[in-house]
Amino acid sequence: MGCGLCEVYCALAHSTSQDLIKAFKRERPRPVARIRVERVDGLFLPMQCRHCPDSPCVNACLTGAMYKDPDSGAVTVDPYKCSGCWTCILVCPYGVITRDIGTGIVAKCDLCQGRDVPACVANCPNEALVCIEDGADGQPLPLAAAAQERAGGH
Amino acid sequence: MATRKRRELRQPSSVSTAKAIAPEMEYLIIGNSAGGIAAAEAIREVDKNGRLAIVSEEPYFAYSRPLISEYLAGERSLDTMLLRPVDFYERNKIEALLGTGAARVDFSHRLVELEDGRTLAWRKLLLATGGVPIVPKLKGGHREGVFTFTNLEDADKIGRAVNKGHRVVVIGGGLIGISLAQALVQRGVAVVMVELMDRVLATALDAEASWLVELALRRERIELILGQTAKEIVARPEDDRRVGGVVLQDGRTIPCDGVVFAIGVAPRTELVTGSPVTLNRGIVVSRRMATSQRDVYACGDAAEAYDFIHKTNRLIPVWPNAVAGGRVAGFNMAGRRVSYEGSTGMNSLNCFGLSTVAAGLVDFEDDPTCEVLAASGTGTYRKIVLKNNRIVGMVFVGDIERSGIVFGLMKDRVNVRRCKDVLISPDFGLGALPDDLRRKRLSLANSQRGGANGNGR
Repeated sequence: MGCGLCEVYCALAHSTSQDLIKAFKRERPRPVARIRVERVDGLFLPMQCRHCPDSPCVNACLTGAMYKDPDSGAVTVDPYKCSGCWTCILVCPYGVITRDIGTGIVAKCDLCQGRDVPACVANCPNEALVCIEDGADGQPLPLAAAAQERAGGH
Repeated sequence: MATRKRRELRQPSSVSTAKAIAPEMEYLIIGNSAGGIAAAEAIREVDKNGRLAIVSEEPYFAYSRPLISEYLAGERSLDTMLLRPVDFYERNKIEALLGTGAARVDFSHRLVELEDGRTLAWRKLLLATGGVPIVPKLKGGHREGVFTFTNLEDADKIGRAVNKGHRVVVIGGGLIGISLAQALVQRGVAVVMVELMDRVLATALDAEASWLVELALRRERIELILGQTAKEIVARPEDDRRVGGVVLQDGRTIPCDGVVFAIGVAPRTELVTGSPVTLNRGIVVSRRMATSQRDVYACGDAAEAYDFIHKTNRLIPVWPNAVAGGRVAGFNMAGRRVSYEGSTGMNSLNCFGLSTVAAGLVDFEDDPTCEVLAASGTGTYRKIVLKNNRIVGMVFVGDIERSGIVFGLMKDRVNVRRCKDVLISPDFGLGALPDDLRRKRLSLANSQRGGANGNGR
């Protein structure tokens, strides 16, 4: 339905205050959503990291900041090592890595490390976003938003 | 190894003895940066235990060369520049022979002699030797205060010699020159940038994007001198040994306290010069990153790998390509047949807050077979170059989000005839593509999950 609550709760989950009003009204730098709902002609397409098995962003990272957790399969960025060169943005075929202008480094979906269910999935009112464990290559791999094409109402 | 034996090793007549006593590596990698590390990781994905050594003349664990700019700016120390955790070598059973370079390779007997005199035997060899900064032979080029800027030691030397209030002439307006200029400005050093072409980043960007970068540089009070280069380096009046200024080709003298050459890198190929390994400008490799010599591979700045835009092998000395080539080399060394899908020139840059990404052919306005899509906004600029409805080049400045989708379409040679108009729109995303194409692009990772591991398919 394109409500955008996933964007709101993603930014909140990645905020310092963890308080909805504070996060959006007062926090500087502003927390950045790592999911983005594309809205084109009645299609609503929530886009975030696919945590690719052979991740172009990890391979292209100039600093070793972008890495794939061998156990969880999640691709995350080490904020202390990221230099904000944006090479990962250039090579991501989904266009789901963004600049966090406030911090000068990249922001991307980390599958909400430390939570049982990613915030976008937990707060999707239509259950359009789901989190599945993909073991096709013998490795459990959480993947949010598998149902996005259905979510578009096609 | 005993000294006596080591001496024997150096005698050509005792090569067979040397082979017998030198520690034999299943895999030997010369070079401990992007390509070498990527290859080692790929090898370990296939072969967990084969004896593997990495040799490098630099004494450090692999670090990010691009970060030497932030290091020089005082923003980083070595520990936040390491490419991998400190236990990387141990955990992956990699013998790290750091601080002593490879002096000579004996391709027929499969030996590498190190600078410290040790000899190693190998079954599979990777030449990930990188590049060396190009320094023109100039009158006065030997003076104290003349530097290059490609590794940590260079950054240390510049950091020791150059202080707040000094003036430094940077020769070269490419990526390295600009990253250096940023670091120097942060240190309170006045920067004069001298570029031979009529614009900065002339090989990476088109004229419009170069102009936006030049604005950003000038805003930081970097003085740009275009269409010029250094002719001579002159001394200080009071000290003949030290740099006092740079004389340009037009005869002008720029007084300065230091000069840094950042005009590019040349492939580092001295180990293969005069050897059976085929050498063009760089080491010639196949799509499996194999050289002309059996069991010898090469990658990174030292090698000429496949460019999918130019449809030929050529030097593209950029980090992501070194990693991609290194992975393919590593897989093949370990026995997994993987083919390099090719890459092309690609650069990204964050120049004093101005974000820029570019790839492929960006400056082809004069080619009548090319079609150019371009759009500008406030502080933003997007250009896509098409040939036969396929993307062959791209430049995004300012707003670079989702540029990767365009890069992906370019890399996979997708026909974009039906969606040309949306490609440069500011809110472009996968949602803007025609249904069938969007579904295909969305399932990339899924097909990867179902299919083979690794880069090449």
